[in-house]
Parts: sequence; structure tokens; C-alpha cells
Amino acid sequence: MVESAWERTLVVMPAFNEEESIGDVIREVFAKLPGMNLLVVDDGSVDDTARVARKAGAMVAVLPFNLGVGGAMRAGFKFAIERGYRNVVQIDADGQHDPASAPRLLEALESADLVIGARFAGEGEYRVTGPRKWAMRILAVTLSRTAGARLTDTTSGYRAAGPKAVAVFAAHYPAEYLGDTIEALVIAARSGCVIRQVPVAMRVRSGGVPSHDPGRAAAYLGRACIALLFALARPSSPGLVRDA
Amino acid sequence: METPSYIFGIVSAALVLGVVVELLRRRQLRERHALWWLVAGVLALIVGIFPSTLRWAAPLLGFELPINLVFFVSIGILVLVALQHSAELTLLESKTRVLAEQSALQDLRLRALEQQLALETAKKRQG
Repeated sequence: MVESAWERTLVVMPAFNEEESIGDVIREVFAKLPGMNLLVVDDGSVDDTARVARKAGAMVAVLPFNLGVGGAMRAGFKFAIERGYRNVVQIDADGQHDPASAPRLLEALESADLVIGARFAGEGEYRVTGPRKWAMRILAVTLSRTAGARLTDTTSGYRAAGPKAVAVFAAHYPAEYLGDTIEALVIAARSGCVIRQVPVAMRVRSGGVPSHDPGRAAAYLGRACIALLFALARPSSPGLVRDA
Repeated sequence: METPSYIFGIVSAALVLGVVVELLRRRQLRERHALWWLVAGVLALIVGIFPSTLRWAAPLLGFELPINLVFFVSIGILVLVALQHSAELTLLESKTRVLAEQSALQDLRLRALEQQLALETAKKRQG
């Protein structure tokens, strides 16, 4: 049962200058999810990301320039549609997401169109404080209401999308900063996708550390709120609802 | 108004219009981008030739100094042009994004095809 779901599932891994970590992350995906289809979208890296990823055995789509996570993901969703994959799981290239949780996300897809791997829902130890925490709280409350489900970690990039969400995202996946997490949720909710969250443990990123500088955190809060306001204020585009 | 400044006004307005029309004629400027420049040029020409229109319109709109009306309209048109350009830029970016996606996906297909071809050629050589 799970195996057949895997055959029609594509893991999309957006990567921007990740030559140091991506090889290990790919090998880990193949080790924990044997036989999984893995597409790395090289988001205009200037380093050896694409070559390292190919060597590790992944399919690699190379974007000619940097489009941001959202841009890379839409290319991934388009690829999924083109090749007939039903589900797409997004896993970050920095090793923050443990591929071992992917089957749980996929299982949850049986009763939802979009599943978010949430960091604060009891598992793992991921802590944030200050403005970043407020931003996440505001986002969680507002987006939970929009989505009609309790969401605690709306900026998590660890997600699984079912066929309905894949179709919507292949056409409308925002490329703006934070749009890939926040606005994508609004778009999915508005086009009638059922959204759920599943607790997952996250690890410390293998490259770089999350910023604790209060100035940057405050800027993040501001940008998150602006992104949220725009996402909610946008007219739901007519092409969205009309499907299935 | 003194004659030199009267003539100077008309000549500059005509010059702007002339440049816009010439660019349009040579297809270096598309109509929809030229719209606001044409409006500005025509307005400037009218006001240049008939300064009385300005002296009539300014008090009507509550401007004490007629020249302020000129500044107001000029700045307004510049803002509109800048906005139009920002919107165009957004449109172009979204088109570029689609092209980038297509190029990435086609590159992927091409690689797969090349690989398959290489395999088959190798097989043929052996067999």
C-alpha cells in the first residue's frame, strides 16, 4: 500500500547553493525512503549543487537564475504534473527535515489535500522567541481560520501535496518572499483544499543557524504580516476554483 | 507673457511630441507605453500655444499660481508612468519565471533523452 503510494509520489527538493549538504541529504532520502522519486530543483546556484545532486542519484532541474523557494517549487509541481505524479512532498536541501517523517505526511494525505509537517506540535525541540514567535503566532491564528483547521506552524517548508493541491500549485505557486509558505496556504484553502498538519521533529540545519537577531526578527514579523495581508486581500483568481 | 518664453514653451512641447511620435514610428516604443507621454506632450502643447487655458483652469481648480497646476499635472503624469512601468516589470518577471521553468524542465528531458540514446548506441555497437 505504502509502496504504491511512493511510486506515484515525487519528492521535490529546492536547493540554492547547497553543495555541501545536499549530497548527504539526498542519500538520506534514498536510505529512508527506498525507491523514492526525487527531483532536486537547483534554484540558480552558482556552486556545484546540480552536479553533486546528480552524482547522488537525483533528477535535477536547473533553473537558469534564482527564483526563490516558491519559484523552484512551482517548477517542481509542473514537473510532477508533466510526469503524472499524484503527490508531491517538499523536503528542504539543508537537512532540516527528517525524511523518515515523509510516510506520515503521505498517510495524512489520504484525508487531506495539503499536509504540513509542523514543528511545534509536540515533537522535537525547536524553539523560537521574541518577534519571530509573535509573527508565527499571528500567522498561525489567522491562517488556521482561513484554512478551517488548527495550524501551528504555517512557515514550515516540510509539506505534502495531494493531486488537487498539486494541480493548483502547478499553476499558482507564489514566488515572493514568504509567499511560498503563507500565500500558498491561502491559495490552497481558497481553492477548496483540505489542509491538515502532522507533528514532525526538525533538526538543526546542517549549514547555517537560524537568526536570533531581534532586528531581523522584527523585520521578519513585518514582512510576514504584509505577506499575509496581501494574500488575504487578493481576489481569488477565477482559474483556481474551476477544477475537479 | 513675454515672447521668448512663449516660443520656448511651444518649442519644448513640440519637441517632446516629436520625439514620442518618431519613436513610435520607428517601433522603438509601443503604443501602450507611449500613451502617457502623448497625453503629456499634447497637454503641454495646448498650454504652450494657449496660455489663457492655464490661467482659466488654475483658479477653477483652486490653484493660486497657474504654474502650480503645471507642476501638479506633470508630477501626476510622471507618477502614473512610473506605476505603469512597475506593473509592466511585474508582468515581465512572471513571464520570465515561466520561461525559466520551461527551460529547466526541457533541459531535464533533453538529458534523459541523451542518456537513453547513448545507452542504445552502446547496445547497438555491442550487438
